[in-house]
Amino acid sequence: MRFGVVVFPGSNCDYDCFYALRDVLGQDVVFLWHKNTDLQGCDCIILPGGFSYGDYLRTGAIARFSPIMEAVRDFVLQGGLVLGICNGFQILLESGLLPGALLPNRNGRFICRYVYLRVENANTPFTCLCTPGEILRIPIAHYQGNFFLPQDELGILTERGQVVFRYCGPQGEVSEAYNPNGSVGNVAGIASSDFRVMGMMPHPERACEEILGSVDGRKIFLSIVAWLEEKRYAGCGS
Amino acid sequence: MKYCGKVVVTLKPGVFDPQGMTIKNALHTLSYQEVEEVETGKYFRIILKAVTKEEAERRVQEMCERLLANPVIERYTFEVEEFR
Amino acid sequence: MQVVDPERVARELGLRKGEYERILSVLGRAPTLTEVAMFSVEWSEHCGYLHSKQWLEFLPREGRFEVLVGEDAGGIVYDGLAIVFKMESHNHPSQIEPKQGAATGIGGIIRDILGSGARPIACLDSLHFGPLDDPRSCYVAKGVVEGIAWYGNCVGVPTVAGEVWFYPAFRGNCLVNVMCIGIAPRGRLARAVAKGVGNAIMYVGNKTGRDGIGGCSILASQEFGENEEKRPSVQIGDPFAEKCLIEATLEALATGYIVGIKDMGAAGLTCSSSEMAAAGESGIDINLDHVPVREEGMEAWEIMMSESQERMLLCVLKEHEEEVRNIFKKWGLEAEVIGRVTDTGRVTIRYRGEVVADIPAKELVRPPVYVPPRERPTYLDRINDLSLDNVPLPEDLESAFRQLLSSPNLASKRWIFEQYDHMVQTNTVILPGKGTVVLRVKGKHWGIAVTTDCNPFYCFLDPYRGAQIAVAEAARNLASCGAQPAGVTDCLNFGNPEKPDRYWQFTEAVLGLSDACRFFGIPVVSGNVSFYNESPFGAVYPTPTIGMVGIVEEIDKVVGGHFVKEGSIIVLFGETKEEIGGSEYLRVVHGIEAGPPPSLDLSFEKRLQEFLISCVRDRLFLSACDVSEGGIAITLAEAALSGDKIFGVDVDFASCGDLREDVLLFGESCGRVLVSLEEEKLQVLMDRAKHWGIPCVVLGKVQGEHIVLRKGKKTLVRLPVSQAFEIWEGAIARYV
Repeated sequence: MRFGVVVFPGSNCDYDCFYALRDVLGQDVVFLWHKNTDLQGCDCIILPGGFSYGDYLRTGAIARFSPIMEAVRDFVLQGGLVLGICNGFQILLESGLLPGALLPNRNGRFICRYVYLRVENANTPFTCLCTPGEILRIPIAHYQGNFFLPQDELGILTERGQVVFRYCGPQGEVSEAYNPNGSVGNVAGIASSDFRVMGMMPHPERACEEILGSVDGRKIFLSIVAWLEEKRYAGCGS
Repeated sequence: MKYCGKVVVTLKPGVFDPQGMTIKNALHTLSYQEVEEVETGKYFRIILKAVTKEEAERRVQEMCERLLANPVIERYTFEVEEFR
Repeated sequence: MQVVDPERVARELGLRKGEYERILSVLGRAPTLTEVAMFSVEWSEHCGYLHSKQWLEFLPREGRFEVLVGEDAGGIVYDGLAIVFKMESHNHPSQIEPKQGAATGIGGIIRDILGSGARPIACLDSLHFGPLDDPRSCYVAKGVVEGIAWYGNCVGVPTVAGEVWFYPAFRGNCLVNVMCIGIAPRGRLARAVAKGVGNAIMYVGNKTGRDGIGGCSILASQEFGENEEKRPSVQIGDPFAEKCLIEATLEALATGYIVGIKDMGAAGLTCSSSEMAAAGESGIDINLDHVPVREEGMEAWEIMMSESQERMLLCVLKEHEEEVRNIFKKWGLEAEVIGRVTDTGRVTIRYRGEVVADIPAKELVRPPVYVPPRERPTYLDRINDLSLDNVPLPEDLESAFRQLLSSPNLASKRWIFEQYDHMVQTNTVILPGKGTVVLRVKGKHWGIAVTTDCNPFYCFLDPYRGAQIAVAEAARNLASCGAQPAGVTDCLNFGNPEKPDRYWQFTEAVLGLSDACRFFGIPVVSGNVSFYNESPFGAVYPTPTIGMVGIVEEIDKVVGGHFVKEGSIIVLFGETKEEIGGSEYLRVVHGIEAGPPPSLDLSFEKRLQEFLISCVRDRLFLSACDVSEGGIAITLAEAALSGDKIFGVDVDFASCGDLREDVLLFGESCGRVLVSLEEEKLQVLMDRAKHWGIPCVVLGKVQGEHIVLRKGKKTLVRLPVSQAFEIWEGAIARYV
């Protein structure tokens, strides 16, 4: 099984993801240059955080036209797993692979800090090692993480279990007090309707080692590994 | 009376606009070869109370100079119209 | 064509009397306009260190670890790895255009580190502004923070630590001192040289425009006047290009085809070409027609002086130009061969078929040296005569405590550091909040601790001692978390050196810095001098900012500054003396700005450092942080409030000596450290402190829901932690 981390010009969490997967979790992982279209036989593609194309125009707006994104789109059609983290999430939204948009944070500033996430759906390839309602402590670092979707569409998304993570308090309380950026319904991460594509603002790659203060991020990567290994197609939504 | 001021702040000529340059390159990549220049800027819509249009213009101009634009690197244009 | 008199141009570009005559004798003819421009930037204060060079010779260059002193940055070697670091000022550009000024400051210092061949792994900033209730100062402060966040976050180098000070002395002239650290295998370091006749001189990065022509170097060489209109425009940063430049440069360096490399920052192509040629004892022949330009019709002198950002100059092995060029092209950057290395020892510049400059490289990089008169300022006697008898003891010490908690100089800086991505690159082990930050080094058991320090008000009261205190405090900070101080970079910010009192401040501070570093055995590996920090409001406080890097031998033993466990014992090391001069308490609560600053015992400090490192090595502490501005009371509050979880404390100062209560709480005596530990380790610790001759008292416990400060039976402060947190955490946000 192999992970691929896409490198766009301006990506800056690409190596962090690579390190977490290879050095911490012992996985096979390769970098995928944005101008290539060969996914090198990867089973899971990661669109990492950073500032692809400097976030100029809109975050993710230019990166979505990269040649590799066409390959990623085909990969998704064939049922491949794609995880977009932070800027990667923004690229997935701009590409139309996930619904919604990310607006500037409610306070108008970049925010870098640890937050708590509640696992809303533990039955996805990205969360299958979590328990429903489990609380993960993972950092965020973004200027545009304020998830927006019209209420009715959010209702449908929620109903279908596509809301995977919500921002919460240390005890799992989901409320405005624990909403760092103004996201509608405290949404921190969502999945596609077939659960093969997930986007999330928090950075699991920053929470994979005890020495950095949290290992909760491992659960997300290891869920992918477990899911791919066991091919747990059943029970994953559809 | 209420007025609406529409302000556009752009970089002065010669001041580097990395955003504009990156967007221009992206447009070229998408085969809009005819694009010669892309300039980015900021747009502000300001609803304000004033007795006359002239007063509103004066106030908006003052806002441009004091806050909305930094005269060191930016220039601005604006228009004011009645707001209904 | 209009004939321009080069002598007049020289004068307008700031060249001094006598300097033009020297140019004539160096060249044996009248200079061209381009040559005048080149001399004016190379011989500016900013590039040439005209007033500081001979004083910097005093700084020690040797220490416990191998020292690297490069062209643009220096460092130390530990375990085969070079740790390169440098601090630089971007004061004047930040005062004019706060966001871009600060942003391009970050860009410049990152390229300095990159130019040494190291990957930038962290940035720090030491910022000084006017008071936040002054609208212009608040605008500058917000813009600077925004600029650092925008550029630093985008470029993917974490901004991990720093300090922020607010004093009226910085109203018209803020200080933005930025520091960057990088690492590289010892054998992979690069130098800023051009050598090997026929090798290519390659321009890489963004295109050249008319950005900040004469900006940085000329700006930094003149003080601010009232007239804002006359100032040349500052440069605009492009962090996206910089991020690509970092990756492309490191990839290019790995090919082994790069002979030399230098950032084109202040003074641009002039500085990089002449300094690379001089360092390589070579000549350089450049044709400006090949320089990628953004605007049409640029003159030769404009191209030579442009301070467009995100550009580097490379010396590339001939016949390997294409491979190197392709790497930069892959990252979407310009890469053009603009010249060749020669053996003439001259910098020859051609443009549109003409030779527009032809100067011996060595002469260009040998600026004149000035030692103007210096004189001890008269204000020093007046301001250093504080008597405690003239300071009434406040009846309500709790209200004084609240006042200090909300002083922006002491309050939580979370509003600022949360805007910086301080975690990217996943090396930040001790997060920001208490000055010192610890970074792990991937694949190693050790780590790097880093901090910046300088109390400008102490330096105003006594520049010599103030500079020494900055060094001692930085070292104490590092030792508190278990790090061995290993190297210093300095950024010396002063007023106009041509005024004798300012120059005296500068020389005193350099001597203080030098003496303290030599005493501790910490080398000064790099640095920067910024003069002319003056405005119509007067000169800034003399501010010799210290950036200090230390080695944590065992990264898993490192301790942070904040309390971590209910019920742990709080212990204070060091002696609290009857010292209140220069304190934030005196300034904020009594409105008195007077000294002398606290006394300093260097040999005690050195012993204390070693003692602290030994305690951390043996895992005696749960937390440790040095006691500085705001005294024990504020240090206790910081330790209680700055962690993930907030704690109450209950302490009694009865055994701290018979001092006035305000002195006990808020005095800023040096050489003190506050630690928390498990009760069962207390005896071992007390014995060890006694053995080392370190005064040591048990203050109390981490417990409850209040910050309780007592002296015997008398309760001085009793404040719910939630309230204290609200005041301390919200203080800066209330202004911005």
